[in-house]
Amino acid sequence: MKILVPVKRVIDYNVKPRVKSDGSGVDLANVKMSMNPFDEISVEEAIRLKEAGKAEEIVAVSVGPQKAQETLRTALAMGADRAILVQTDEEVEPLGVAKILAKIVEEEAPKLVITGKQAIDDDSNQTGQMLAALLGWGQGTFANTVSVDGDSVEVKREIDGGLQTVKLSLPAVVTTDLRLNEPRYASLPNIMKAKKKPLDEKTPADYGVDIAPRLTTTNVSEPPVRQAGEKVEDVDALVAKLKAVGAI
Amino acid sequence: MKTLVLVEHDNTEMKDATLAVVTAASQLGEVHALVAGTGCASVGEQAAKVAGVSTVHVADDAALANQLAENVAPLVASLMESHDAFLAPATTTGKNIAPRVAALLDVMQISDILSVESEDTFTRPIYAGNAIATVKSSDAKKVITVRGTAFDKAATEGGSASIEGVTGAGESGLSSFVSEEIAKSERPELTSAKIIVSGGRALGSSEKFEEVITPLADKLGAGIGASRAAVDAGYVPNDYQVGQTGKIVAPEVYIAIGISGAIQHLAGMKDSKTIVAINKDEDAPIFQIADIGLVADLFNAVPELTSKV
Repeated sequence: MKILVPVKRVIDYNVKPRVKSDGSGVDLANVKMSMNPFDEISVEEAIRLKEAGKAEEIVAVSVGPQKAQETLRTALAMGADRAILVQTDEEVEPLGVAKILAKIVEEEAPKLVITGKQAIDDDSNQTGQMLAALLGWGQGTFANTVSVDGDSVEVKREIDGGLQTVKLSLPAVVTTDLRLNEPRYASLPNIMKAKKKPLDEKTPADYGVDIAPRLTTTNVSEPPVRQAGEKVEDVDALVAKLKAVGAI
Repeated sequence: MKTLVLVEHDNTEMKDATLAVVTAASQLGEVHALVAGTGCASVGEQAAKVAGVSTVHVADDAALANQLAENVAPLVASLMESHDAFLAPATTTGKNIAPRVAALLDVMQISDILSVESEDTFTRPIYAGNAIATVKSSDAKKVITVRGTAFDKAATEGGSASIEGVTGAGESGLSSFVSEEIAKSERPELTSAKIIVSGGRALGSSEKFEEVITPLADKLGAGIGASRAAVDAGYVPNDYQVGQTGKIVAPEVYIAIGISGAIQHLAGMKDSKTIVAINKDEDAPIFQIADIGLVADLFNAVPELTSKV
């Protein structure tokens, strides 16, 4: 079985984003960028399936700027076998990404696509579900546990009230949640080896899909700033304050 | 504009999350609601009473029992032939179904809206709520998920919508329901609780979490939340998680105990009316947004607080 793992290069999760003063977006100049944390979990899950003998090949793919190569190299260093960069400097919306991925799936014929449930930059939480719809595949979103068995996969999903388990016939799309696994760090020898693994470069035009944006961002602003209140000395003062604001 | 709202329910009861979506939809135009389930006639009746809803479509089909996205999305897509906008709550149900509908309709979804600016323009949080984007959609049909804390809840009484039966596409054959582990609790649900007591990594174990957090929550009649760190460490189940990718809450009072305040956590609770923080690290980022802060060892302070409220 082949697994396709779409990954996205995003702002590092430890960086506090700053809104540009002209309202055109978030300032990403000289900001540390990393693999979307949910996608790291996806890469890890694919590697574990391979290690368990359930998968033979892992193909990482990213739609993004030239520098998304670094993100793909990280996936390769973790243990993916090869990578595809669909290079574009335009911002591609989840629908466009899903259309490109659908074309790659046609070419690569993976049995499973594992991707993050959400990218921490646009917070859309759409690509996996859209890809599943375009392919006519089942979807196991917000995965907490993934068990592949023959021609089906059971996905335990993190839902608002607790956990839900669904069974999908393969091929299928799985999107990952935080508790699925703890991604490994790439070791130095593996980082060196990853440099020699194949990385194909493509462009959206190679796939002939329309990725023109449907949404126009007209403004990006800071959220209302919350001011720090005051610190109280002890529990009695805290109780008095809570009573004063009518909280208790 | 004719809108279609996805009713969140468990085949018996309509969930509160639906009500904020009705408010958002009513700012766009006429509100129709869809109840997709099985044996869900009573949910249809509840939805028909919600103020502002004019028609309720009820799809009663065994294939919709667990609202699997593969079975619900084609039904919604077919109903969208006669509607202009589909709105779902930004719950795990809505987030599972809506993008599938959007792709079937070749529409780019607008996720997690905070406001309706006009019939094609909305605001939504990006970067864990550290920025608010105003986005304009050029799609003829709109597919939207709605952040529950950003809109008032529509009244559950006062409406008298007509109820119409609709037929779904049946089983997709792509997926099936296996089982569910839903925590049963007398506590208020996080997303509708007036007070939330939330615990972090500093609690150290699930026993301590239970011992320190639960009595205070009991005393206050509060919901219980947690930071990602506490959930990852296994102190509490995943449905307790408050944050960017967990639950978004905005109670009257949010009491953060032993939570340092990573931006991902703040993203889920910073719209709370009053934020209280108890943490022994006086430099913890949580204090930068807390209305009332207490620098103290939580293992002493919280039991004392519990005894005094």
